[in-house]
Amino acid sequence: MKTLKKAVLDHRNGCFLAGCIITGILLALILLGAVWTPYDPTAMSGSEKLMGPSFAHLFGTDNFGRDIFSRVLKGAGVTALVAVGTVVIGAVCGTLIGALTGYFGGAVDELLMRFNDTITAFPSILLALVCVTVFGSGKYQVLLVLGIVFIPSFARIARTAFSSLRDASFVQSARLMGATPARILFVHILPNTLHVLLPAVTIGFNNAVLAEASMSFLGLCGQPPDASLGALLSEAQGMLASAPWYALCSGGVIVGLIFGVGLIGEGLQGGKGERNA
Amino acid sequence: MLEIRNLHVKFHSRRREAVSGVSLSIADGEILGLVGESGSGKSVTAMSVAGLLPRKQCDYSGDVLLDGADLLHADRSALRKIQGREIGVVFQEPQSSLDPLMKVGRQVEECLYLHTDLTKAERRARALAAMTAVELPEPETLYDKYPHELSGGMLQRAMIAAAAVTHPKLLLLDEPTTALDVTIQAQILELLKKLNREYGMSMLFISHNLNVVRKLSSRVAVMQTGVIVETGATEEVYANPQHPYTKKLVAAIPTRKRGNF
Repeated sequence: MKTLKKAVLDHRNGCFLAGCIITGILLALILLGAVWTPYDPTAMSGSEKLMGPSFAHLFGTDNFGRDIFSRVLKGAGVTALVAVGTVVIGAVCGTLIGALTGYFGGAVDELLMRFNDTITAFPSILLALVCVTVFGSGKYQVLLVLGIVFIPSFARIARTAFSSLRDASFVQSARLMGATPARILFVHILPNTLHVLLPAVTIGFNNAVLAEASMSFLGLCGQPPDASLGALLSEAQGMLASAPWYALCSGGVIVGLIFGVGLIGEGLQGGKGERNA
Repeated sequence: MLEIRNLHVKFHSRRREAVSGVSLSIADGEILGLVGESGSGKSVTAMSVAGLLPRKQCDYSGDVLLDGADLLHADRSALRKIQGREIGVVFQEPQSSLDPLMKVGRQVEECLYLHTDLTKAERRARALAAMTAVELPEPETLYDKYPHELSGGMLQRAMIAAAAVTHPKLLLLDEPTTALDVTIQAQILELLKKLNREYGMSMLFISHNLNVVRKLSSRVAVMQTGVIVETGATEEVYANPQHPYTKKLVAAIPTRKRGNF
């Protein structure tokens, strides 16, 4: 929390500020898209096919005459939901596993980290494909599957952070005061690992956006006419020559989302670094 | 009150016993100094009393009794009830012994949170009282500060406040003045004496510095290679050391006589 406050207040931390502005604008648009879009994202119009960007249609229209801006607003909402859900599942479960293995070591460590290795052993897209085949396709299924796929990377980062602080003096002190392992883990050690975990979360979010886009591109995340950014990109692929703005706009939002959150992550790391220096 | 009987500790990674057959006792309100060079086993002895011995990595035997309760063989949950409430510990490095991201006040009241049912306001009041007792200036302001905002001496006072806030029967002091400069050292020693006087806390004071021990403790035990070689009233041991190792230690204390150089 302190890192965050410091990062926000530090004007020299341009990365963090720029990241916040970009992400903030996109987030506002996504929230807006959840309640209001200029046109119905699924309404077709035969007279307005493949129109270029204009004031009436900011991002133009597609081959069915649907307003791309409205579709991108809705699609970005789906992508952001899946990405956030993925990161929450991955980060919470991964941190929990990493905390337990890093702090206790021994048999717990062996057992959980081998489970981790098992997940890592499969290429993530392949594993996700298998899971989607089993559980069915749809945004919530993809969210769950990607979440599970993301657990090992968080677990490894958390494990290293927790095991490095396991025998720190202040942890010994807390132990000598009679604190339970749960309190030591989550009240004393966890806040001291946030400078490692928070940037990992931002990187994880970016990977999740890309993973979701890949899954949608393969047609696994929801059915048409519902759209996520990856699905829009997949549709746009066929119209690169006739309507290049379609691919540029939907792809641009993915890039913007990743760029913004990436800058926040960079800023958070920078903030901590300066404090240590 | 504290009784150590025939304590043996041997780490699996070492060939020699870290502590071999140590027997000690501390009476109510007494300050016992434990002196010895690095690796003499004094810290391992303290770890056994505090319940911080890595049990899986060593063989241990003997008895460590605090008012009759066995600390050496007690299980973790039983030990947690005693740690912090009946035994307080102060380490050598105050900078690293406090959680860098937790406010000083909350760390001082941690033991109260863990061992009592006091409300938040009552805990705060007790913590502030403890901070006043260790002579921290403006405890109200310091309560909301983070450890990096305090000086070494202030941090060590905060550590002592945190260890003493529950008025434990025994305070384990593992070289609490070693990392501090001499003026602050003297102040901390005075403070410990005051706590001992006012609250009747017994203390086990560990140090490699005979002079510091002499200022604080009434009785001293000298350790070498895991064995207590000499024990007795501090002044007695100073004036008339019996064991060759103690003689060397006493002779090594710098004095103001020029002839010694």
